[in-house]
Amino acid sequence: MRRFVADKTRNLVRRASTCSPTCPVSPRPHHPPSLLSQPTSPPFSSSSPSHPSSITSPLRFLTAAALHPLSFPASPNSMASNYSTTPVTLQSVNPKVLKCEYAVRGEIVTLAQKLEQDLKQNPDSHPFDEIIYCNIGNPQSLGQQPITFFREVLALCDHPAILDRSETQGLFSADAIERAFQILDQIPGRATGAYSHSQGIKGLRETIAAGIAERDGFPADPNDIFLTDGASPAVHMMMQLLIRSEKDGILCPIPQYPLYSASIALHGGTLVPYYLDEATGWGLEISELKKQLETAKSNGVCVRALVVINPGNPTGQVLAEDNQREIVEFCKNEGLVLLADEVYQENIYVPDKQFHSFKKVSRSMGYGEKNISLVSFQSVSKGYYGECGKRGGYMEVTGFSPEIREQIYKVASVNLCSNISGQILASLVMNPPKVGDESYESYTGEKDGILSSLAKRAKTLEDALNSLEGVTCNRAEGAMYLFPRIDLPHKAIKSAEAAKTAPDAFYARRLLDATGVVVVPGSGFGQVPGTWHFRCTILPQEDKIPAIVSRLTEFHKKFMDEFRD
Amino acid sequence: MSSKPLDYENLNKNVKECQYAVRGELYLRASELQKEGKKIIFTNVGNPHALGQKPLTFPRQVIALCQAPFLLDDPNVGLVFPADAIARAKHFLSNDYQGLGAYSDSRGIPGVRKEVAEFIERRDGYPSDPELIYLTDGASKGVMQILNAIIRGEGDGVLVPVPQYPLYSATISLLGGTLVPYYLEETANWGLDVNNLRQSVAQARYKGITVRAMAIINPGNPTGQCLSEANLKDVVKFCYQENLVLLGDEVYQQNIYQDERTFISARKVLMDMGPPINKELQLVSFHTVSKGYWGECGQRGGYFEMTNIPPKSVEEIYKVASIALSPNVPGQIFMGLMVNPPKPGDISYERYVRESKAVLESLRKRAHIMTDGFNSCRNVVCNFTEGAMYSFPQIRLPPKAIEAAKKAGKVPDVFYCLKLLEATGISTVPGSGFGQKEGVFHLRTTILPAEEDMPAIMASFKKFNDEFMEQYEDHKGYSRM
Repeated sequence: MRRFVADKTRNLVRRASTCSPTCPVSPRPHHPPSLLSQPTSPPFSSSSPSHPSSITSPLRFLTAAALHPLSFPASPNSMASNYSTTPVTLQSVNPKVLKCEYAVRGEIVTLAQKLEQDLKQNPDSHPFDEIIYCNIGNPQSLGQQPITFFREVLALCDHPAILDRSETQGLFSADAIERAFQILDQIPGRATGAYSHSQGIKGLRETIAAGIAERDGFPADPNDIFLTDGASPAVHMMMQLLIRSEKDGILCPIPQYPLYSASIALHGGTLVPYYLDEATGWGLEISELKKQLETAKSNGVCVRALVVINPGNPTGQVLAEDNQREIVEFCKNEGLVLLADEVYQENIYVPDKQFHSFKKVSRSMGYGEKNISLVSFQSVSKGYYGECGKRGGYMEVTGFSPEIREQIYKVASVNLCSNISGQILASLVMNPPKVGDESYESYTGEKDGILSSLAKRAKTLEDALNSLEGVTCNRAEGAMYLFPRIDLPHKAIKSAEAAKTAPDAFYARRLLDATGVVVVPGSGFGQVPGTWHFRCTILPQEDKIPAIVSRLTEFHKKFMDEFRD
Repeated sequence: MSSKPLDYENLNKNVKECQYAVRGELYLRASELQKEGKKIIFTNVGNPHALGQKPLTFPRQVIALCQAPFLLDDPNVGLVFPADAIARAKHFLSNDYQGLGAYSDSRGIPGVRKEVAEFIERRDGYPSDPELIYLTDGASKGVMQILNAIIRGEGDGVLVPVPQYPLYSATISLLGGTLVPYYLEETANWGLDVNNLRQSVAQARYKGITVRAMAIINPGNPTGQCLSEANLKDVVKFCYQENLVLLGDEVYQQNIYQDERTFISARKVLMDMGPPINKELQLVSFHTVSKGYWGECGQRGGYFEMTNIPPKSVEEIYKVASIALSPNVPGQIFMGLMVNPPKPGDISYERYVRESKAVLESLRKRAHIMTDGFNSCRNVVCNFTEGAMYSFPQIRLPPKAIEAAKKAGKVPDVFYCLKLLEATGISTVPGSGFGQKEGVFHLRTTILPAEEDMPAIMASFKKFNDEFMEQYEDHKGYSRM
């Protein structure tokens, strides 16, 4: 749970102070004014235990301030266990680690896992017979099937010893065998079990660059590609490069995917929020960017980069090309690195929207290598392929000096290389079967089937949510999520406060207890203060959707009956 | 043009300060030469498959079936895959595992963690808790996760052996901490001297550094020694007295080339010591699928096991792991297979044993050829590679060579290694990348080139070294120090 706005944070600090008398043993008296004037990185010593949420500073208000209503009040007794003198305790663990939060796998999910265990032991222990995980974009865990061609090639690359055997031709399609040969020939010694070049296997990067060029109509350079274990490590790498101290800020959308807030917190920087406008379908206004940039500057924060997630997570909007041009112009004028999270580029569900990469947009504006610093992130975990477990992805890094590229390479080399299976898959998704290939038909059949089904599911869920009392939901133009807004009755908010939990977390928790459906409270992504949301994936299989809709509808009605003002 | 966020001078200084020699200047020059068409023998990275080691068949069969689950429905699958590989693939594709395409639990698939715990129990004779085992994308990621939890700022120090594997120095500098070196004793076969440790800690404390952890690499990288039980006990006691987390890098535990000192895990030593120390010393042990006779570097599979880490800290480490969603699932399956290989009576057992023995026996022979080869060279002395994958000979560079290096603006061992590369195509890593005592020079090679190529490689090294020494040594002869 996090708050991005100062007054909201103060609110919680106030709440924290007022509830401190109820704490079993107060770790130390609360003196909010002096706490606020504490140095931002106090020397932690094991003799001065500090509650993580009591350390804060005016600057941190802008950031993902680590206030965790659900865990407050923490019992100091539980910390002072027999471990208190050991070197790694909660008091002496890296404070940046304590500070970061990642709601997609937070409290609600932990509870869901517990309920799942209950159900295993006793199927009648809860009013539902299974947990439906709508908290995370993990399609194959909910039954989505992998693309056959991709898996054929991966299997053959993993076990090249069978490539030459005649029986293999009976088991695999001819173009998969051919592709496996092609890929293996690009790997020195055909050794898929060897560390590769730290940027990734050269031949695969060439394939990916060709795929990008085909997508954008502008050339791409294999030397600009860094293959990574999913897109997340690539984001971390860029944060590591950019953030020197808490004085460095990164502009992030609110609501945002918490990878950004967590990664910025881990690297000790400052998150500078800009709000997406819910009323205009989560529109991104340049005036808002400018305003937030100015505010940050006047707070002494040096803003270094702008994160744009397109299609949006959790918000599902697809940016219009005009809007993207303004964003590029803004970054260029303000000297910001544009970090373009484009992992949902294949997930578009509405005919009136199309994905345009920021690379294409900036090149079509005539801006090249020397004009704009742009990093584009792509992953094998999303799209119609949804291969989350493979941890494959890449970033395309353009507009950086060779010196900087060398630094990125050096950091990549400390981890040796990303996993080879993931690298191969990244090349496959950027170069799928073409017209005339043996597998083309089955490939397009599988792909279209998945995407059209996702579109249907998005629409059904969106309509269902919009029919609920006090709920409004923008359409999912892309990505894998719906992010409905719930107008919670005053009474529900009061009850949440009494339970020391954020109102949307309270709602999500009730929803889980009643239906087994797991969603992520909006507070995990950030939202305009006083508004409440949750994020729900559109990924449960189509045949499960009607049951989810009816359970959700029934729950919401009961919830409103209980709390309606 | 105004200064841009990623201009060199604006870069995070921790990034600039970090060094990683294994892929440094020598490697880049070697890659250039390779592009120019020169035959390069890469001995800079412990990357066995790149040097021709064949993967074990059984795990590759299982993983191929997991990649292509539809094969399991094909009536002809048995023509290509043995029944036990099919059975194991079905096991990994069952409901508890969800196949290769889904994020797993951020700590790793529960079933695999359980198999790892059982493996540890068989190895050490003490039970292990799967909840305290986290699977990772290779051991390096695990080391980074743990160091990230430990290091709060430059006031925090981590004891690291010198010579050391540069993962430690690179990660500590990326995280902005302080490396506190302790020297391994070359004359005592790279042994670890506790008095030496005490001195290092005292010095660091005098400078105001809070020493928080100690890393040991056993078997050693780059030094190849296997720590004795007595030595490990001393280390455990020392960490206990000084209140340090012990980080046991045990990725080479399968790579043992002598029979006197087998591998003993730090955890077993700790448990053997009984209370109170076995209940209190904080230990994190690391393992990987990249080394041993598996050598599956490209899979990025690994784990760490935490001992005596308080639950709340474990939760924090879980939270950070969850930001990366999950380690790659094929790598996790490889780990599951490594800790639970075919058993006597399984169809694939004999082949598995044959293949793994062949790899290890050949590595043992190569370790001997290499050590003997180095020791037969002028001004070169080399401890025997008891374990791991490396040879780390000391090169006694004549003063004239050191002078020539200075003139060329190179560190003397870099100068020597570059000359070696140009003359022979052998790509090594200079000792300065790992740290060494002042005025002493080394290089690291892996023992991984194919056995049949080994004599020729050593001959070509000897020829180069003779010529080098001839060129730079005074004719009076160089007095051995």
